[in-house]
Amino acid sequence: MGSQALSQNNETFEINLGPQHPATHGVLRVKLTMDGEYIVDAEPVLGYIHRMHELMGENRTWAKYLPNMGRIDYLSALSYNLGYVQLVEKMMGIEVPERAEYIRVLTTEMNRISSHLLWFGAFVLDLGGFTPLLYAFDDREHILDLLESVTGSRLTYCYYRFGGLYNDVDDDFLTGCTQFLKRLRSRMPMYHKLVTGNVILRQRLVGVGPLSAEMCRKYGATGPVLRGSGVNYDVRKNEPYSIYPELDFDVPVYSDGDSMARYMVRMDEIEQSMRIVEQCIAKMPQGEIKAPKVPKLIKPAIGDYYHAVEAARGTFAIRAVSDGKNQAYRMKLRAPTFCNLSLYQEASKGMLLADALAFMGSLDLVIPEIDR
Amino acid sequence: MDLNLVHMVLFLVGIIAFAAGNAAYLVWVERKGAARIQRRTGPCEVGPAGLIQPLADGAKLMSKQIVFPDGIDKPLFMLAPMFAMIPAVMIFVTIPFGPVGFGPFADFMIVAREMNIGLLMILAFASVNVMALLLGGWSSKNKYAVISAIRGVSQGIAFEIPLVITAITIVMISGSMQLSTIVEAQAGGFWNWNWMPLQGNLFGPVSFIVFFICFLAETNRAPFDLGEAESELIAGFHTEYSSMGFGLFFMGEYANIVIGASLTTILFLGGWTSPFPEFVPVLGASSFLWFLLKIYLLIWTVVLIRWTYPRVTLWSLLNLAWKILIPFALINLLGSAVLIKILPMLGL
Amino acid sequence: MAGYFNSILTGTKSLVTGLLITQAEFFKKPVTLQYPHESLEMTPRYRGHIQLVKNPETGTHQCISCGMCQKGCPSGCITLKGVKQEGVKGKVLVQYDLDFTTCSLCGQCIENCKPGAIEFSLEYNLASTNKEDFHYDLLERVKEQK
Repeated sequence: MGSQALSQNNETFEINLGPQHPATHGVLRVKLTMDGEYIVDAEPVLGYIHRMHELMGENRTWAKYLPNMGRIDYLSALSYNLGYVQLVEKMMGIEVPERAEYIRVLTTEMNRISSHLLWFGAFVLDLGGFTPLLYAFDDREHILDLLESVTGSRLTYCYYRFGGLYNDVDDDFLTGCTQFLKRLRSRMPMYHKLVTGNVILRQRLVGVGPLSAEMCRKYGATGPVLRGSGVNYDVRKNEPYSIYPELDFDVPVYSDGDSMARYMVRMDEIEQSMRIVEQCIAKMPQGEIKAPKVPKLIKPAIGDYYHAVEAARGTFAIRAVSDGKNQAYRMKLRAPTFCNLSLYQEASKGMLLADALAFMGSLDLVIPEIDR
Repeated sequence: MDLNLVHMVLFLVGIIAFAAGNAAYLVWVERKGAARIQRRTGPCEVGPAGLIQPLADGAKLMSKQIVFPDGIDKPLFMLAPMFAMIPAVMIFVTIPFGPVGFGPFADFMIVAREMNIGLLMILAFASVNVMALLLGGWSSKNKYAVISAIRGVSQGIAFEIPLVITAITIVMISGSMQLSTIVEAQAGGFWNWNWMPLQGNLFGPVSFIVFFICFLAETNRAPFDLGEAESELIAGFHTEYSSMGFGLFFMGEYANIVIGASLTTILFLGGWTSPFPEFVPVLGASSFLWFLLKIYLLIWTVVLIRWTYPRVTLWSLLNLAWKILIPFALINLLGSAVLIKILPMLGL
Repeated sequence: MAGYFNSILTGTKSLVTGLLITQAEFFKKPVTLQYPHESLEMTPRYRGHIQLVKNPETGTHQCISCGMCQKGCPSGCITLKGVKQEGVKGKVLVQYDLDFTTCSLCGQCIENCKPGAIEFSLEYNLASTNKEDFHYDLLERVKEQK
């Protein structure tokens, strides 16, 4: 009797979105409490792919921790590599040759394009459109081929080294990049016609999942999510690193805060990244790719170090505490999607199931990065 | 033996073969078409260009074990796939494919059992399809399936209204529910077909599009495949089905597409009549080949639509039905009624 | 009311544009590769598992058994052993095992190698249901190499 009365007043049911579910692109589990098609509560449950990267950082030497970086966010691995090597360079005071910096930025931005392309495809797949995914993969494949020809791997790159790079790029790579940009430039209008302008897609995105700048600040959301809510914050501009101050690019900001704004931010970022890559190719200096004096044994002075970079999904920051030994005393990785996901519970209240999934897709979650 | 009976049996066998063969090979068309749209190759290993793939798939499905999950409503669970397939085959009985059009039997009509209320029967049986969704989802004891079933029902009801209203407009113009009469009223070139306003269908192209959209929604095809929205509801109402239970749902879906395309062709695209006037040699003749050509072109459009658009949400789907399609269908019905019935009555 | 018809019109136009794009793509050639029948040539920098470099003059490897690769490996997947032999300068390599199951292909072993005795292979068609199949005896491998 009692339970019946309860169920009459509170007619909700729970469904599991994940850990194995076509919409979550990985092993994220979201416990949904539903009232019919409406979401009463959405509780993300994490930890299904936790690999203790932070602890590994405290148990490995600085150099041995390098390959871990590509495994945190496998879609924009180079940004994470960059963040880590720059942190170590900051700690040790290593000067990086200019050519190496240019190649780093070039490859990072190529990686950002590939990451956004994959997001674009997967997002439209979440909304039920299959074909754009394959078109995006077609383009992305060209980037992977290019990056493979310099770094040797396709996804979990380990290309940057303390003080420089693993190996130099050749002219074939640079002309390949130019050709690819030309190709992508001709493909972008097609994407906009096929997807951005599509009335069904607009209906599903415009006004769905509005995030205020206030809420983004509350949960520490960064990257395209924050910029889609009208806040002009990009680590590349606000705390410039590497050669970004020398490059001319804009930070796309949309003030609507809905899924469409986040979509447009990412699409515009692809264009901006293309501009950056072009400038890098044009300005590419000759010279060394590795600093002449890199200490064999990395033992930073006692202290607290912090470095942040703009990864494809937001601010990736590392805080490392060194006690003067050859491995970190404390390694803290700030992964952007973890913060971006944390606002999901509050923001998705009262949404329709289909809208909640469109909203989740617009956050661009990479689950291994959330769990680390 | 009664010759009529032989005719009946032969046609019934033929129709079941046609329905099953179409279902099997439309899957191939869909996979191959989707692949080429997405710059892939598609099935190519089993047979030349993967042509034997549907048979291999069928053999696989039939040899699989049927899994009955705990706590399901077993009789309903088993009944649901039959509800998906049987009405589809029944409908084929009344669909006329048209005359042979050439050779010694040029006037021989290919139809199993023509009825004078054929359209009514087709619409009646088509609505049973929703029942299959509901029963399948309800009996599975799966939350995704239940949500999917409820979505399917509200979608089916919403789109049946404009579908029927548009069909009524055509019935009014032709003055008959017999499909062959409807087709013959459209003979004499494509401008005479019902999708043009010449016959009295006031907003001809619009009502054709309304009917086509309703047909997409009724068959649960993309972009209206809310019931099977895999990014939300796994596989929707057939999540718990395996083996031929799933296979029947699948075949039912494709058989319904063929039926929808046939009905659209008969009502709006002149059925088996040639797009050219009758005095054109060879091409001007009515033939079932024209009919097949038209339905397969429509089916290709359906496939193309599926691989182009994202899925709509339930709300915008219902908005589309109630705010756009139903008003348009009603206005068209009223306008045509005025044009055909009231104006002649007033002697204009 | 005008907005109502306008939205229907622009919506329909966007849908037709989409259909035209996919239909145009339909007539283009597939870009995929039919994998088991045709496969890609790997780029020279491709990172497969490591192998010992074969010196074409001596017909054998150049390893001096210093163990720097083993020391520098983040995952500890290299096991090597060198023994002192009469009449030979330095150590002679008698065992070089690679446990590829834990290797992350970072390339630190190759960077640490002073004589340049190891390199990445171009092998990528590696699949097995048996873990032991990924324990490579690189010394054996360099002998078999042409």
